[in-house]
Amino acid sequence: MLRLLPIVAASTLGAAIALAGYTFLYARGWAYLTNDPRACANCHVMEQQYSGWLKGSHRAVAVCNDCHTPPGLVAKYLVKGENGFRHSFAFTTGRFPDEIHIVQRDLDVTERACRKCHEEIVTAIEGPHGESGRLSCVRCHRSVGHME
Amino acid sequence: MKRLSRTALVAVTAVAALAALAAIALLMNIFERKQEAKNPFYRVVELTDDTEDPAIWGKNFPQQYDAYLKTVDQVRTRYGGSEAVPHTPTQADPRSVVAQSRLEEDPRLKTMWAGYAFAKDFREERGHAYMLDDQTFTERQQAAPQPGTCIHCHASVYVPYKKAGGGDLIKGFEVMNHMPYAEARKQVTHPVSCIDCHDPTTMQLRVTRPGFLEGIRALKASQGIPNYDPNVSATRQEMRAFVCGQCHVEYYFKGPEKRLVYPWAKGLKIENILDYYDEVGHKDWTHADTGADVLKAQHPEFEMWNQGIHARSGVACADCHMPYMRVGALKISDHHVRSPVLNINRACQTCHHWPEEELKARVEQIQDRVFELRNRSMDALVALIGDLKAARAAGKSDADLAEARKLQRRAQFMLDFVEAENSTGFHAPEEAERILAMSIDYARQGQLALRK
Repeated sequence: MLRLLPIVAASTLGAAIALAGYTFLYARGWAYLTNDPRACANCHVMEQQYSGWLKGSHRAVAVCNDCHTPPGLVAKYLVKGENGFRHSFAFTTGRFPDEIHIVQRDLDVTERACRKCHEEIVTAIEGPHGESGRLSCVRCHRSVGHME
Repeated sequence: MKRLSRTALVAVTAVAALAALAAIALLMNIFERKQEAKNPFYRVVELTDDTEDPAIWGKNFPQQYDAYLKTVDQVRTRYGGSEAVPHTPTQADPRSVVAQSRLEEDPRLKTMWAGYAFAKDFREERGHAYMLDDQTFTERQQAAPQPGTCIHCHASVYVPYKKAGGGDLIKGFEVMNHMPYAEARKQVTHPVSCIDCHDPTTMQLRVTRPGFLEGIRALKASQGIPNYDPNVSATRQEMRAFVCGQCHVEYYFKGPEKRLVYPWAKGLKIENILDYYDEVGHKDWTHADTGADVLKAQHPEFEMWNQGIHARSGVACADCHMPYMRVGALKISDHHVRSPVLNINRACQTCHHWPEEELKARVEQIQDRVFELRNRSMDALVALIGDLKAARAAGKSDADLAEARKLQRRAQFMLDFVEAENSTGFHAPEEAERILAMSIDYARQGQLALRK
């Protein structure tokens, strides 16, 4: 019996790896490592945001990751990993509001993303020394990313 | 050493087994979602143009049907919704639960409706599930015999109308308008049902009620569009309001044949409707206290919404009262028709990106203001009715009272238009306030007319 233990352990481990691997493939897990916007609608919940992006003015110049992840490989995958875990946990358990809302931390990422490309005009609006304080771009330009 | 490795092996086995278990659970969950996304519905029964029973439709559309059944809920909002009030069942009225009486909440309503059945019994409206029972058992049925016409909007009538008309919907409508209410009641079984708004083969929205078909045709004709048929010409988004406008409208019973007519031949605004009634010389009853020929406004939600910013922005009834909801990987419209204030996340936050409390506060602020004006308007009308009653008792002639009576008719209809409309002004705040301001003015003008 005891001699069988290594075999049991190895085969259970193997089964776990195989199952996890297959689940990953079946759920198109690799897609999350790409920049393809369709990956974000993989789990169906973001269909509305995806079709809104298809009609939005930024569809030709920015994909999801351009506005929703920070620059830099490490920072990007940290945010992706955190978002990915939080989203899949919420969607699998069903504990999330039906009209989904962006969380403040991710909104900050997006705000910085606006400034990646539009720094000049934003600086002109906020004043070179930030006289008007930090303004929110999407407060007014809500529909540039996803048409409403 | 050997012992340690044995423990480690057992631990590895246990952890790996748990991981495998979790992977299987996740895999199944993902599989289910994928299946849901693939098949919007399974057809398990055949639906035809004669399938009246919503439970049969519910076999193909269980999610929608489950939500539809929830219209039995009685939930209050600040100004609307209904409260479950216990009721001792009697021979004439076997209901054990009813909604709160509006007449007790505001006795001025009795003065406004003096001499009309509404002064006997008027309760807060309940959900769709109760429409048929609440009409069958209201005391108004005893106060004055009601015609079969009423059934048009209190039951699923599409199949019964077709049956009564030998296959002809409009003919069946005419036949049942003629019947006394009790007889028409026997022809119907269900409150509003799937077939009243949906085509059974394509599930597309469809207008089936003759009152709306004729009303919208008259309205479009006044705008220079002859022979309008919503089932041919309306867009999908228009239909998402039209199917509700089949019933949530102002109406009257025309002539001895009691034909149901929506008074839209001159337009949907309050002045258009009043002009229409004046032109055809319609009155709903003669006011018991004043002798004025007065009108009862019904529930003009469709007309009021048409004057508001939501209608102007292309937002239909269903967008807020039946918002889209997610069920697993599916997106369906919520068939639990109810106040958007009870469902702010789905109903409002799709477009308005503000916290729920903020949105609720905005709605209630609008309603508070409209309600305040409605109360002032009610006081003005009751004052005019009091003055008219006194002048009549003092022996003034009909000619002396004619001007004030005419003003009472206008003031009263305008007030009732906002009062009977089920949004406390929210469907079109500025329009509701404009109407109430006019109502107050007409009531006070009426008092002045008596002093001449």
